[in-house]
Amino acid sequence: MIPVLIGVTLVISSVVYLSPGNPAQIALGQNANPEAIEELEAEMGLNDPPHVRYLDWLAGAAQGDLGTSVRSQRPVSEMIMERLPATLELAIASMALTLIIALPLGVISAVKQYTWVDSLSMVFAIFWISMPSFWLALILILLFSVNWSIFPISGRATPVFTATWLMSLALPAIATGTRRAGLLTRMTRSSMLEILNEDYIRTARGKGIGDRAVIYTHAMKNAMIPIITLIGLQIPLIFSGAVIIETVFAWPGMGRLLVNAVLSRDYPVVQGTVLVYAVIVIAANLAVDVAYSYFDPRIKYD
Amino acid sequence: MSVGHSDSDDDEGDGTPKGGQGSRVATGQLARARTVLRRVMQNRFAVFGLVVVVALLVTAAFAPWIAPYEPTEQNYDALKEPPSLEHPFGTDTYGRDVFSRVVFGSRYAVFLGVVIVGIEMLIGVSLGLLAGYYGGWTEAGIMRLVDISLSIPAIVLALAIAGMLGGGLFPLIVAVSLVGWRGFARLVRGDVKSVMEEEYIESANAAGLSDFRVITRYVLPNAASSIIVYATLTIPTVILWSAGLSFLGMGVQPPKPEWGAILAAGRGDIDSAWWIATFPGLAIMLTVIGFNGLGDGLRDALDPRQVR
Repeated sequence: MIPVLIGVTLVISSVVYLSPGNPAQIALGQNANPEAIEELEAEMGLNDPPHVRYLDWLAGAAQGDLGTSVRSQRPVSEMIMERLPATLELAIASMALTLIIALPLGVISAVKQYTWVDSLSMVFAIFWISMPSFWLALILILLFSVNWSIFPISGRATPVFTATWLMSLALPAIATGTRRAGLLTRMTRSSMLEILNEDYIRTARGKGIGDRAVIYTHAMKNAMIPIITLIGLQIPLIFSGAVIIETVFAWPGMGRLLVNAVLSRDYPVVQGTVLVYAVIVIAANLAVDVAYSYFDPRIKYD
Repeated sequence: MSVGHSDSDDDEGDGTPKGGQGSRVATGQLARARTVLRRVMQNRFAVFGLVVVVALLVTAAFAPWIAPYEPTEQNYDALKEPPSLEHPFGTDTYGRDVFSRVVFGSRYAVFLGVVIVGIEMLIGVSLGLLAGYYGGWTEAGIMRLVDISLSIPAIVLALAIAGMLGGGLFPLIVAVSLVGWRGFARLVRGDVKSVMEEEYIESANAAGLSDFRVITRYVLPNAASSIIVYATLTIPTVILWSAGLSFLGMGVQPPKPEWGAILAAGRGDIDSAWWIATFPGLAIMLTVIGFNGLGDGLRDALDPRQVR
């Protein structure tokens, strides 16, 4: 875990270090005088060798100091903390939506394999997987916001946990979750099918246990292990998708912060945001590992 | 990894003699290719995918003949016109024909899909082979690299790389390739590890063949079918990511007719001119469905024993 995290910081710092452009020049603008730029370069430590700059940044990051934005002159960690809740809300909402749709649909498809239910849900899944999320977002806005005025066009309504907030969250969550739901439906179906072909399921059926009991008590529980793995793999993808969707809906999360920082070449903000994304993913994977041991008591961690 | 052994029973051909003077290996490969093709043709979704992919390639190749207008030709007498016979997909804010732009956009999709997946494959397959074949520290190091790359959400990393390089076609290719190779590496490493258990690898090693020969003659061919399937299924993802980055302004730049870029330009007009953003999105969707169908079909044809 720690080596991976250190690797991540190395990757981020290399990307920033290797990119062209002078952060001091960017901070001061095109017409700044050379002396002022030189002064700022020294102040920002840009003249230090790369490993010194990296270690300085790492030491700061370890204490929660991610540097200062070259654009707004505000502390990066403060900017990220403002945006973090919005991103987590969107990610959790779309994950929940994904699970609510994909798990039942996948299980039903497997149990009713080769029936019209199965075919229909597979057709849906293929469409969901193939739709570009940002396009779906625009279509949703066109239909539900512009034409029918059901949901707001963009933005995040505050305070949170109110009806208006939920309405503003709905379309972004759908747009982010749809592709994931398609993938998870198909994966749930195939891992459920695999389980249903196992000997112990045949034995259970042979003992005269009803269909429902076989599916719920014998098959589902065992299908959960591969499904949890799949859910774990979906987590970084949810955040990936949310980056684009936050931009479309002007959702004030970390993704939009990152996009704006990249466009304005605000290096410290880029560096900090990518790091926080990685920390979230690593923490989520840890949570998935814990979930394993709950569903499969044979798995134990020291 | 079940290809190659069970094919003889499938050999009820079309009656044509199988080239008596050709070498045995060539005949075997031809028969196998024919079996795979037949299995693909039996799968409706795969056939649909094949048709879409072929149509996409034809569109890309003959774009100047298919498109009625130049993709960047502006016409100030026909601004934001809805779809009509003259402009099947309507026109955009500069009076450019959206249909022609979407047709030319297929070139970007094909180019980006093939080039990026090619680079990913080159990096990923090489690293996967090294990891699986040599094991030990090499493997530990490479897999750690994969873990690191997996902990940064793909679009986040691609966005940072492409944006820091300044945006454009080349940064886009670099960014997506540097993010996507890990899938190939994981896949190939797994395949190689299972091949390494086989006795013929041991005997090849005992016979004194160099590592390079063992890898190219015995290890790689055994991983080939799963690499092909994975590559086919990666193309749609790459097309989606590229379009997404271009949509964010970090990939192909307007006025170039790339689907994501056209979509981004039509975004502000979604309420007054829905067609500008709608049609490139449909083109992306159709392309992705096509490659997914073909990839799924290939996978099932190459590995019929898998539960479906």
